[in-house]
Amino acid sequence: MELRGKAHKFAMDNINTDYIIAGKRKFKTLDMKELARYLMEDLDPDFYSKITPGDFLVGGKNFGCGSSREQAPLVILNAGISAVIAGSFARIFYRNAINTGLPVLECDTDLIGPGDELAANLEEGVLENRTTGVRIPVKPLPRVMIQILQEGGLAAHFRKYGTFRLDA
Amino acid sequence: MGLKGKGKTIAEKILSRRSGQDAYANEIVVANLDYIMGQDGTSPLAIEAFREMQGRRVRDAGKVAMVIDHSAPSPLEGISALHKLMREFAREQGIKLYDIGEGVCHQLMPERGHVAPGDLVIGADSHTCTYGAINVFSTGVGSTDLAAGMLSGKLWFKVPETVKFVANGRLPAGIYAKDLILFLIGQVTADGATYLAAEYAGEAVDALSVEGRFTMANMAIEMGAKAGLMAADKKTEEWVKAHSQKTFEPVAPDSDAVYAKVLEYDVSRLEPQVARPHTVDNVAPVREVAGTPIQQAVLGTCTNGRLEDLRLAAGIVRGRHVHPEVRFIVAPASRQIYLDAMREGVIQTLVEAGAAVVTPGCGPCVGTHNGVPSDGENVISTANRNFKGRMGNNKAFIYLASPATVAAAALAGKIVDPRDYLS
Repeated sequence: MELRGKAHKFAMDNINTDYIIAGKRKFKTLDMKELARYLMEDLDPDFYSKITPGDFLVGGKNFGCGSSREQAPLVILNAGISAVIAGSFARIFYRNAINTGLPVLECDTDLIGPGDELAANLEEGVLENRTTGVRIPVKPLPRVMIQILQEGGLAAHFRKYGTFRLDA
Repeated sequence: MGLKGKGKTIAEKILSRRSGQDAYANEIVVANLDYIMGQDGTSPLAIEAFREMQGRRVRDAGKVAMVIDHSAPSPLEGISALHKLMREFAREQGIKLYDIGEGVCHQLMPERGHVAPGDLVIGADSHTCTYGAINVFSTGVGSTDLAAGMLSGKLWFKVPETVKFVANGRLPAGIYAKDLILFLIGQVTADGATYLAAEYAGEAVDALSVEGRFTMANMAIEMGAKAGLMAADKKTEEWVKAHSQKTFEPVAPDSDAVYAKVLEYDVSRLEPQVARPHTVDNVAPVREVAGTPIQQAVLGTCTNGRLEDLRLAAGIVRGRHVHPEVRFIVAPASRQIYLDAMREGVIQTLVEAGAAVVTPGCGPCVGTHNGVPSDGENVISTANRNFKGRMGNNKAFIYLASPATVAAAALAGKIVDPRDYLS
């Protein structure tokens, strides 16, 4: 799966799930398309209107810390973001992203500037900054997570097997 | 890194026991769950995921509870619809539902005896790590993991390495579990324990009540930890026996267990601590922010809404009155705590001093109801998060502190050292 798009960079660590989608929004509805309009609103009220489908969301370390709300990766997906790239991820967000089919790439985000054109190949674990021509090393996902992602998320895994059947 | 044949941490032992494997850090296991919990911000999506998995029946209805606590009673029709969905699912599946006013999920799970030492528990709420205080490996998950747990009774885990915190010395008078955990988070920062389990030990931890230990375990997630574990002692066993019918087998770490890090602190001279806006690790002694004006003070939440916390605050405000420019909001963590606090006169004392008591539950912590601050206002709260926008307004400022510091600020109208208010 090759992904191509522009980088939307939030040059800060500890972007929490309240910033990704505020509690006051997410408690109201299960309509993720509706919630997508409020993605990152407390950091950038106009963020949603700047996204072209396929773009990447880039953050610093400990991305997705805080609440366990799965609305966070779902809202990112529904806003048209193809993958999240960060220096590191908080563990609940990391699991939720894979479970819901949102690719996450852990790497040195200093090698990415705002608006840079990026290309990612998830199977090969390759991220290329096409603006600067730099190939960025990506930390590989654990094997179980690659399996869940390739199967289309954990719900799809359970539809297929009815329980956990992981190549651990 | 754990090594085969070496001693084990609490996390390694519980995950070994529940997976039937001789598991060490960094291995992947699929383990049997002892209890599964969801709340009203996460259960509706879990119910959707359960359907999407083509789930018909939960694996063991006696091991699942859903709690309506985050927006309870419902302030909006959209939320009412989601609450209805939970009630209908609970009835259909025969699982336990705690409706509005029963309390915060993290108080109810131990208080109603659903979890006991040595258990492996997941909850679709990040503060599920709270039950680590009574030797439970409990961790927060998302809605899809919750659905998978309900359907299969299991979940996969990467066995975490453990960071051990040793708090040496006794906490001085007027310094509480909340001050200690804020201090530790300030030391290691918001991602200081990411992917790791935390173990808390040392004289100061041993001296805490079980309630105080819940406060510490609750905030393990604020340094990124997967769990916040404590060994069980006599206090733990007495507390659990008073609340649960479950038989249990506590788990102690081996003396030769392998830790990622062991961090030791002398806490015998700790001062009152506060987390400043807008991150939990932005910690300072109270004296550095003393004088900061406060418009709203919040006592409650899964961190500090227990009887001990309400008693402490009542002791400070007794016979005094809340500052005229402060709204003082109190949310007992459960109906039982509310009743106990009423019988003792604690609620009367708080209300006489000017507190507004709201329904047992999450109160204003998550910004859905019960006290959304206005632009430019400062809030001091006993909660566990002070992120920008957390309480529903991204132009408000949230300070986190102990129940004593919050009660003293409610009286003074500004942040003050609570020790000056203790009789």
